[in-house]
Amino acid sequence: MQRLNIHRLVLAALLSTLTALGAAAPYRPQSDQQVLEKLPARAADPRMRELNDLRHQLQASPQDLGVAVRLARRYYEQVAAEGDPRYIGYAQAAMAPWWNLADPPVQARVMRAIILQFGHQFDAALADLDAALRADPGNGEAWAWRAAISMVQAHYPEARGACAQLRQHASALIGTACEAYVDSVTGKAAAAAEAIRSALRQSPQASPGEQLWVLTRLAEIEARRGKPVQAEEAYKAALALRLDDGYLLAAYADFLLDRQRPAEVLALLKDSTRSDLLLLRLALAAKALNAAPRAGWEHDLAARFDAARLRGDKLHQKEEARFELELRGQAPKALALARENYTLQREPADARILLEAALAAHQPDAAEPVLKWMAASGIESAALNTLAHQLRGGK
Amino acid sequence: MTRLTRFVVVLFAVLCGMLSAGPAQAHKPSDSYLTLTVGAQGITGQWDIALRDLDFAIGLDADGDGNITWGELRAKHADIAAYALARLAVQGDGAACAIAPGGQLVDDHTDGAYTVIALKVDCPKPPAALALSYRLFADLDPQHRGLLKLESHGQTRTAVLGPQAPTQTFELQTISLVDQFLAYAREGVFHIWIGYDHILFLLSLLLPAVLLWRAGVWHAAASFRAGFIDVLKIVTSFTVAHSITLSLATLGVVSLPSRWVESAIAASVVLAALNNVVPVFRGRRWTVAFGFGLIHGFGFASVLADLGLPQGALLLALVGFNLGVEVGQLTIVSAFLPLAFGLRRTWLYQRLVLVSGSLLIALIAGIWLAERVFNFKLLPF
Repeated sequence: MQRLNIHRLVLAALLSTLTALGAAAPYRPQSDQQVLEKLPARAADPRMRELNDLRHQLQASPQDLGVAVRLARRYYEQVAAEGDPRYIGYAQAAMAPWWNLADPPVQARVMRAIILQFGHQFDAALADLDAALRADPGNGEAWAWRAAISMVQAHYPEARGACAQLRQHASALIGTACEAYVDSVTGKAAAAAEAIRSALRQSPQASPGEQLWVLTRLAEIEARRGKPVQAEEAYKAALALRLDDGYLLAAYADFLLDRQRPAEVLALLKDSTRSDLLLLRLALAAKALNAAPRAGWEHDLAARFDAARLRGDKLHQKEEARFELELRGQAPKALALARENYTLQREPADARILLEAALAAHQPDAAEPVLKWMAASGIESAALNTLAHQLRGGK
Repeated sequence: MTRLTRFVVVLFAVLCGMLSAGPAQAHKPSDSYLTLTVGAQGITGQWDIALRDLDFAIGLDADGDGNITWGELRAKHADIAAYALARLAVQGDGAACAIAPGGQLVDDHTDGAYTVIALKVDCPKPPAALALSYRLFADLDPQHRGLLKLESHGQTRTAVLGPQAPTQTFELQTISLVDQFLAYAREGVFHIWIGYDHILFLLSLLLPAVLLWRAGVWHAAASFRAGFIDVLKIVTSFTVAHSITLSLATLGVVSLPSRWVESAIAASVVLAALNNVVPVFRGRRWTVAFGFGLIHGFGFASVLADLGLPQGALLLALVGFNLGVEVGQLTIVSAFLPLAFGLRRTWLYQRLVLVSGSLLIALIAGIWLAERVFNFKLLPF
């Protein structure tokens, strides 16, 4: 009966407006020409064409490990360039025939480890890398990942061992940078920076990808040990390579924020709102400048963290902790996130947010694991030392 | 096409393009949002699936320009529903439930546009446990997840569906037959209160109950008892009559075209109201209540059918709804009778309420009649 339905509609509309104020509702677009979604790239884009070609090759012969690894690797590169985690799932799908095998071939194991570490499943990734290295001790890529994961877990002797192996199976530049990376957090930061600089001078032929990685490390080391001029020089050199790299942009933005140069962050990242990592830096810069887009960005970030929580994702806890602490002023929430993050990731940036949150929440005891690590590792960091000093003063 | 229309069309297309080119969408892993609502009348749902994922799976960007338009999406609605529903299975207590897709709309989530598929899930009987098997995009993106919101009887649960746990079972708080019965009874009460045509029909018949027609004029009835008996006769015969046809129509014994029924209901209101101005039936108004009550019953039946009838509990729904209608009706009558009795001697009641009120009712019902016969809309109710 029509009238009944109208009343029901009005009632339902009233109720839903009351209960879900501001929530978007499904709609019917008004014209066939209305564009609903922009795809990241046209099918004609050369990179997309290459991906599609590989996809078709794999569809024709899904058991071809060579094609599967090539496709998975291309997808992984796409994640690094675009920051879109969907490609990680696509990479995993390409590796489907080997994904659940107890003892897959070396190539498949290394690829599986790369995908697993993206999801912070470090122990499973290390198990795969170790097995791959037992079968093929000369696998430079596996040693590089082994070193990187050990660094994230703050297991420096293992990291150093992996770097020593890497030196034999990779370029001198990468080998040197790997060891310098470990040295830089274990009390030898000045020597580490010098080693990297001299290795860079001796390897002018290094690929842009290698240079990017090495320059980014150098910049971080210099910034940490309180040499902003040298750090900026390294960041600028890395940016001049003009490779899409979300990590580099985030690190440089943090450097600028630390130096109270938020306007430059807005200019640097103005087109990077798609990435959660970079959107956080934008929002922080907008906050420092009291700039208008802050509220919108903050709202978007909150929505994305909520969406991740629904799914059970914990990949961006460090960013979420900074969001809660620096944008929302929610110290206890930030501390809980930073603590949980620190059980998985123990790099200097993870340590820093835990110290900041513990300080803001007046819970110096929560910072204990970081203080212990600082004493044990001999890390040289002006920012961490200041925070630790404040925390001890607060005790 | 005039030049101006052409200009507006072009401008509109440009504006739409600009709007959707606005903020770039965020990156997040692929999720779909599945909401299932278990109610007294069955299970309904809504499934939001990202256009980006659907494009990757079955291709939506027909012209390959990197933009998915509403036209391109619309053309794929059937394919999308078939693709998605082949990858979702629902079982109620171990028996497969049929999932029927409804229309599709569009919604925007933090990472872009989603198609929104309405779902209707039919289980053989109201389930105590619901098992969901979810395989959407499992072969293309093993990290895709379905974020489930399951609402049953005021309780909301969430779960993450995907290859990590392909089939998950949810115990539902079973609704007792009593609750189901009460739910239909409430619907019955609700319907009579907002079904103005039924109320006006009944009131038209009841208005003269506290009066007597003598020598071409209405006089106040002497006793409350006389008025009460008149009301009782009218209400009882209306109830018996509409219960008969409501039952027959709901059980599928008789069916009449709804436009015909709705028009006849409007006509019944006109006649009942005019009878107060020029009394034809007088003391036999209960026969009118009975005759037209049969028609009103068909109207109730179509409402009950719209609400959805539970399999296995048809009779329960019918009796519950019918009793609800009677309770709603009795509430109106018990408010009316004392008021009318108290006012029956006044000019206000005899002239204004009875005559002018009845004329007004006849006018409104006349418009309804025209609306329903000629299928147009004039009144907002």
